[in-house]
Amino acid sequence: MRRTQAIAALAVVGLTLSACGSDDGESTSGGGGGESGGEVEVFTWWAQGSEKAGLDALVKVFEEQNPDFTFVNGAVAGGAGSNAKNVLQSRLQTNDPPETFQAHAGAELTDYIEANQVQDISAMYEENGWNEVFPQDLLDLLTVDDAIYSVPSNIHRANVVWANPSVLQKAGIDPSTPPASMDDWIAQLEKLKASGVTPLSIGMDWTQVHLLETVLLAELGADAYTGLWDGSTDWASSEVGAAVDTYAQLLSFTNTDRQNLDWPDATQQIIDGKAAYNVMGDWAEAAFQEQNQKFGTDYVTFPVPGTDGTFDFLADSFTLPVGDINTAGTEAWLQTIASPEGQKAFNLAKGSIPARTDVDASEYPPYQQTAIESFANDTIVPSLAHGAATPVAWLGEITAAVSKFSADGDVEGLKSGLVDAAEKNLES
Amino acid sequence: MRNKLHRWGPPILLIAPSAVLIGVFVYGLIGVNFNTSLTDNIRGQTTGYVGLENYTTLFSDDTFMYSLRNLAIYTLAFLAGTLFFGFLWAWLLERGVRGEGIFRTVYLFPMAVSFVASGVVWRWLLNSNTGDSASGLNRGLDMIGLGFLQNSWWTDETWGIFAIAVPAIWQLSGYIMALFLAGFRGIPEELREAARMDGASEWKLYRHVIFPQLSPVALSAIIIIGHMSLKVFDLIMAIAGQTNYTTQVPATQMWIAFTRGEYSVAAAIGTIMLLVVAVMIVPYLVHNYRAERNR
Repeated sequence: MRRTQAIAALAVVGLTLSACGSDDGESTSGGGGGESGGEVEVFTWWAQGSEKAGLDALVKVFEEQNPDFTFVNGAVAGGAGSNAKNVLQSRLQTNDPPETFQAHAGAELTDYIEANQVQDISAMYEENGWNEVFPQDLLDLLTVDDAIYSVPSNIHRANVVWANPSVLQKAGIDPSTPPASMDDWIAQLEKLKASGVTPLSIGMDWTQVHLLETVLLAELGADAYTGLWDGSTDWASSEVGAAVDTYAQLLSFTNTDRQNLDWPDATQQIIDGKAAYNVMGDWAEAAFQEQNQKFGTDYVTFPVPGTDGTFDFLADSFTLPVGDINTAGTEAWLQTIASPEGQKAFNLAKGSIPARTDVDASEYPPYQQTAIESFANDTIVPSLAHGAATPVAWLGEITAAVSKFSADGDVEGLKSGLVDAAEKNLES
Repeated sequence: MRNKLHRWGPPILLIAPSAVLIGVFVYGLIGVNFNTSLTDNIRGQTTGYVGLENYTTLFSDDTFMYSLRNLAIYTLAFLAGTLFFGFLWAWLLERGVRGEGIFRTVYLFPMAVSFVASGVVWRWLLNSNTGDSASGLNRGLDMIGLGFLQNSWWTDETWGIFAIAVPAIWQLSGYIMALFLAGFRGIPEELREAARMDGASEWKLYRHVIFPQLSPVALSAIIIIGHMSLKVFDLIMAIAGQTNYTTQVPATQMWIAFTRGEYSVAAAIGTIMLLVVAVMIVPYLVHNYRAERNR
């Protein structure tokens, strides 16, 4: 009796201890900190697929331009960057910054700026004439209190609808003329539903936030949409409420297993002809290319109805962290990022478009050509779901509200959740 | 004096390294964590102490309360499921089913798979589509004529968390079976014979001889499963992802708060989780301690 109890107690203690000690942590390459101009550790979450290919292409250009420096890959994989961000945060706090790290351009950087973890690099912009080669709209969105803290490496567009023309034709819809407004689009979705396909495919929480953001943009227009993020547009207004209603209506046309799918699964439904429309950023282009789909015949794209003439942008960018780093190495990396060669090599491999406007669009594939043209001519607005519009905390609360709505379908709850999130984050 | 040193010195020296390590890395860090939870720490920047504000905010937050409710349901389902299947299998094997070795391995095997790896598979199995577009388990149910059992699994707002308990039960029942089997084997055959000699029926034999002997095993099974369940995180991350509403538990809430940079809130959730586990384990340790002393 006594022995069994002792053994049982031991088992419990042993399990508790092993559970406490099972975290073996992420092993990060301990580069950096050298004053001899040698190593440049670049911290990203580009660890696989087209992102990895883009990084490799960029490194090649970097090593050609800067033979003295050694590139050290500090990539941390997983969780769409959330793992990397948590690792980065603990490194920054223990004063062990990499030479440079990837961050979404725009409001997501404010957390690092407020914590005094990145340096102002507007001087580099002036020295190198970058103010002339990047579009003014983008520079405005990158500027915080008259200072710029990062160099954009690539641009993606978020307000893109991907469609399968043969599915549309079967339902009696002409794929060559995209719907002009949200109302037209919803009318089409109803037709598609009657024809027995999934009208609009979607995936887990963040893809729903992505859809919500494009609906807000379509219903409110570029100015009022941008105003949502600085408090000049009221979240409790009837216009925002109506947009949220439209979003709820769109969600009713989506696949019921949305929570189970990530974006590639939702996009795959277009390729497989199981769904007619999908709203996703233009990194989806890589998925179509990998499966030899032909732009214009196997798939078509157009801006989300009601957002024509607006470019809902997100960008990756690189920073100059505060701390004991090889500053010359960081500057060399940023120079490569901003250079025409660097932008071209990276974006051709990743399937995005360059942030510079002085590029020859004809070198890019057909979809990217349309994006390059829009980027040069359209109004540029910041993306919510991808960190350009708000700091991380606000986006987190919006995501929580959207996820709750996906489960309970309570539109009023979603509206009040969005209003609460805005109040909390605008006051602080 | 010298005598005392002789008596106490070596044991203290032996114990010291682990005491220091545990003191610093377990209890010390629990203290630091609690201290953080009393501040307004955002990404390492803090302006000072805010008392219990983080805790009051959490307990008035609907989503956090929902996550606590989910945790309670999950723990009950996980406990009931593993104990039921674990005991049932152990009992069947104990009764002398043929091929015991094979069954023991088959039932224990799922435990060798990590929660993350099995979660990826269960994510597909527990697809919430029903009807024509169903896949995974729903499709399987349809194929064997049990289509009416199709449901939306973990995406259901009220009962979704039960679906997360299914893979957990599948993985840990074998382990509980092994515990019970060891318990059964530890009961001397003479005791049973004695009971039968005294004319005890089979039910009475179990009720008065076997079950009392198994109760320490059952207790440790409850503690082991209970504390694993209270810390559930990897399984949910692999199946539903971090932000999915219907599968929120305190551990995922803690991760979300941490990712948002709200370190003090994350620390407060961590402290609450520790207290919940303590509520479960401390009475057991006290009970054990008393039992040892009374002997």
